[in-house]
Amino acid sequence: MHICIDDYLLDIVQNSFEAGSSLVELTFAEKGNTLFCEVRDNGKGMNAEIQSRVLDPFYSDGEKHKKRKVGLGLAFLFQACDACGGTFALQSEVGVGTTVSFSFRLDHIDAPPMGNVVSTFLALLTHPLCKELVIVRSLETGKGGDTYTLRKSELEAVLGPFETSGIMSLLRQYLASQEDELEPYREEIPLDVHRRNTSPSRQQEM
Amino acid sequence: MAKMTLEELRKLREKKQNEIQKRDIEGKDARIIVGMGTCGIAAGAKPVLDTFLEVLEEKKIDNVSVTQTGCMGLCYVEPTIEVIVPGMPDVIYGKVDVETARKIVEQHIIAKRLVTDHMFDRPAADIIKKDGGK
Repeated sequence: MHICIDDYLLDIVQNSFEAGSSLVELTFAEKGNTLFCEVRDNGKGMNAEIQSRVLDPFYSDGEKHKKRKVGLGLAFLFQACDACGGTFALQSEVGVGTTVSFSFRLDHIDAPPMGNVVSTFLALLTHPLCKELVIVRSLETGKGGDTYTLRKSELEAVLGPFETSGIMSLLRQYLASQEDELEPYREEIPLDVHRRNTSPSRQQEM
Repeated sequence: MAKMTLEELRKLREKKQNEIQKRDIEGKDARIIVGMGTCGIAAGAKPVLDTFLEVLEEKKIDNVSVTQTGCMGLCYVEPTIEVIVPGMPDVIYGKVDVETARKIVEQHIIAKRLVTDHMFDRPAADIIKKDGGK
């Protein structure tokens, strides 16, 4: 299991990069007590058989690591969403791409901490297999809200290739300044300790 | 910090470019590769990547290549990172936390001395302490 929500995100966006996508679009939207994320890629996609097995932690296509029998990224994410009354959906078509969307109830006692959004965006934008990544980040609360958009191509046109520590530090500074702008709208989310687990899979069991 | 525009970012970049050219270059051609697979992420590779950038910035070393890779096969000692410095053996360090990351920059990249208590692969196995000293 990962510690923070952004660790789960980092893990699964890498899948999109590794699927040979020329474009990955990430929506990262906090609205009230819910975090909604969507990762849409135009990579190689998965057939129905693979889709049915991809949440099984003991399934891996074995392409990256020949003898490995586990594939934990999506399985971890599904488990974490499920545990905190969130949602999870996966759509994929061979040759077209894959979209993973999920949400976390941030007021749920079992919701992981958010983690560091700036570090995660930095790691994703500078990932060696990332060709084009568009991130739409928003925060909306009772105090109002704001949105910013990051485009890898646009940032690379300004900074040059994201290869050296100096350039990456500048990029981090830029990302942090964008994220800082959202701070005035942030509201503390009180934990809802009395609510029963309302995740879809648990409802079926009841 | 006020919200930076792309134009302001471009100016910062130009300023930095000039500074780099003026300085006698430390850390030239050095490479840090951070293992960022599921195992690495779970063990805290992201804060380690952050720390490398932070310490390099602090020491005003701008030209170290910092990249990510997947699992290096040493999941049991994550976070793992590989450090490649010309004239020194390539080393994979394991159990790299924030303090160790700082030590790797100060000792391996700057002082050109290996951080022996965190080496898990390369150079030869007989000079690596059994469990990395931890």
